Amino acid sequence: MGLWLIRRLGQVVPTLLILSVLIFGLQQLMPGDPALILAGEERGDPQVLAEIRAELLLDRPLWEQYLAWLGRVLMGDFGFSWRIRLPVAQLILDKLPVTLQLGLMAFVIAVAIGVPAGIVSAVWKDRPADWVANGLALAGISTPNFWMGIMMILLFSVHLGWLPPSGYVPLAEDPLQSLATTIMPAFVLGGSIAGVLMRHTRAAMLTALAQDYVRTARAKGLPERLVIAKHALRNALIPVVTLGTIELGRLLAGAVLTEQIFTIPGFGKLIVDAVFNRDYPVVQGVVMATALIFVLLSLLADLLYMAINPRLRAA
Amino acid sequence: MTTRRTALALGAALAAALLPAATPALAQGSATSQTTSQTLRIGLREDPDILDPTLARTFVGRIVFASLCDKLFDINDKLEIVPQLATGYSWEDPKTLRITLRPGVLFHDGEKMDAEAVRYSLNRHLSLQGSFRRSEINAMDSVEVVDPLTLRIRLKAPSSPFVSQLTDRAGMIVSPKAAEAAGRDFGNRPVCAGPYRFVERVAQDRIVVEKFPGYWDAASIRINRITYLPIADSSVRLANLQSGALDVVEVAPSDLATLKANRRLRTVIREDLGYQSIIYNVGNGPRAETPFGRDPRVRAAFELAIDRDALNQVVFEGLVTPTAQAVPPASPYHDPGFRPEPRNLERARALLKEAGVATPVVVEMTVPTNPELRQAAEVMQAMVKEAGFDLRIASMEFASSLQAAQRGDFQTYLSAWSGRVDPDGNTWAFLHSKGAQNDGKSANPEVDRLLDAAREETDGAKRRALYAQVWQIALRQDRARVYLWHRAIVMGYSARLQNFTLLPDGLIRPQGLALN
Repeated sequence: MGLWLIRRLGQVVPTLLILSVLIFGLQQLMPGDPALILAGEERGDPQVLAEIRAELLLDRPLWEQYLAWLGRVLMGDFGFSWRIRLPVAQLILDKLPVTLQLGLMAFVIAVAIGVPAGIVSAVWKDRPADWVANGLALAGISTPNFWMGIMMILLFSVHLGWLPPSGYVPLAEDPLQSLATTIMPAFVLGGSIAGVLMRHTRAAMLTALAQDYVRTARAKGLPERLVIAKHALRNALIPVVTLGTIELGRLLAGAVLTEQIFTIPGFGKLIVDAVFNRDYPVVQGVVMATALIFVLLSLLADLLYMAINPRLRAA
Repeated sequence: MTTRRTALALGAALAAALLPAATPALAQGSATSQTTSQTLRIGLREDPDILDPTLARTFVGRIVFASLCDKLFDINDKLEIVPQLATGYSWEDPKTLRITLRPGVLFHDGEKMDAEAVRYSLNRHLSLQGSFRRSEINAMDSVEVVDPLTLRIRLKAPSSPFVSQLTDRAGMIVSPKAAEAAGRDFGNRPVCAGPYRFVERVAQDRIVVEKFPGYWDAASIRINRITYLPIADSSVRLANLQSGALDVVEVAPSDLATLKANRRLRTVIREDLGYQSIIYNVGNGPRAETPFGRDPRVRAAFELAIDRDALNQVVFEGLVTPTAQAVPPASPYHDPGFRPEPRNLERARALLKEAGVATPVVVEMTVPTNPELRQAAEVMQAMVKEAGFDLRIASMEFASSLQAAQRGDFQTYLSAWSGRVDPDGNTWAFLHSKGAQNDGKSANPEVDRLLDAAREETDGAKRRALYAQVWQIALRQDRARVYLWHRAIVMGYSARLQNFTLLPDGLIRPQGLALN
């Protein structure tokens, strides 16, 4: 087990290295000269553009830029944002709690709605409860996040005046206000994931309920509640956990549109603005950070499988 | 028992947060604390770049600087130059400028703002690596300190726009001590002599400044704090204003009706100093080698097919000012006689015939991704079609379009300029054959001569006549580019905010503002 964990962690390093090369290469495919976009309206002075390129090493060959970046990263220095000259590590650390809070809230909402709804619709298949759950799931999946976001702002902030329309208050500063600023975006994000989770839980539960061991459990006179909770659900959870961790990873990579609409300063907003401004060090830093989160989450998923399915523990 | 009670309390708190209906106070909570602590909240359309006057580039950054950094001079409603940190200026000869400074001015770190500090700041603007101010003040040869409150600036050549450059970022004076200590990171903690001092910045979230008690004009500052919040989406900005979470925001012209219907909100509309134009590629690489790029008659036909008034009504609710020149009516250098030609399809078709081109003439227009510009381009597409043009719209993300323009990879480019107080800032770089932003590479020695002469001419009337000649030659005769409209800045603000005015530069000046 310990050895397995070490081996898994050992795979993280080459994964991140390959990814960093890919990101460096892909950025070169983006049209637009970073020095030019940095200068914007003030692009009138070629000498200034040359100075910017020299300072940011943009006038060097790509491999040289990459090695310079890698060398600094190995020393723990992720560089600074070209646009606002703040250290990338600081930007990421500033945004991480925001994204974690929003992602976890959305995830809790998604699981709290999606999994029970999936169970209900599987158990009462082809009955009104199933139709309602399916309908809601379809609506959740197919409603665009930005539209849902704007509608919620109009209803809860402009018309009813219950919640602040946008912005973010850190949890440590004012917990209640912090929840008030994040509940709408968390609901928008969680709602669409709940739909996906519901569908998968339903399918997995239907498969499980049709298995022989469920028939056996019923035959030996177990109460239906126990049959569903202990026998069917536990076996049905494996694909749901896989999907759940992937969705959580996506949430923690930042919710681009939702963060933009609610002006939540998380990863999504950070990377979008960085791409539009061709702020390469920020793009690299955020991608590396999210990659690390993904790798750790897939590790967590593997550990969870073992907790659910004892047969995997031997392997 | 205790744990159970805590759990209950926690549960209740969670329920209160999850059930918005139970907590109508949440949204207003911030609003009430706002009134007591007197914070003005301003919504910006994007996150400003670095807050260092030497390295800064964005327009939204200038809005923040209006509270942080005073300048040697400011402008007034008539675009005249008025004193700020300086008390006045005079020309000793056409190349020597004498500036007198306001006594008793302090920087936010308590250091004295004197002639030495001004000399330091101007030299920093001129020499710091990557300075965006250099091109604005590179007419400057040297700065001499005459006495602690007097400076003499020697220019390389006479320059009429020079003093006006000191009304913007090039005229912002920074604390030499703080700037020396921070070097290139000065913008993370700017120290200037403005009415507010820097408190904190959370990237993409907020910039907070607080009243500086040592400000030289402290009596004019009545609001304790200002928070600048970047919100990219204009309908979300508007929602924030409507719900009272923000006090001032810039809105889209199409939101004006919503604003006017709300009694708790006020609006102000100002025509800006800049313009929207179409750059024609007439000499930048192979894409200029078409009948459209080579023959001014074809371009004249194109312009004659455009109805600027209709464009204004359809896309901008009639809020922008249709124009044919680079200088807005607010400027004393605007030529009221040079007006847009009325739409004339017959003449346009005749010109195309005379030029001997086969219709439809295919023209591509590069348009930065922006819903309003896209709409404007589509309206023009329909208009020029009637004259015999097949206008193809190429939408391009802004960063890419800039590069394409500079490389000459465009035929026509729908491009805007935010505008400068002095007409030189709206013309030279764009129309002079050596201009760095002359992306279409139009070149006419006579236009160059006129622009250079206008740069040195100090007599207002003569200068205006020179620009009038530039319009005639570069625009009517050469058809080097076309100016379409001067944009409208539409701001919505809370009725609680008193004495809010807007100058043509669109900045929010905190002097005189009060919150009820």
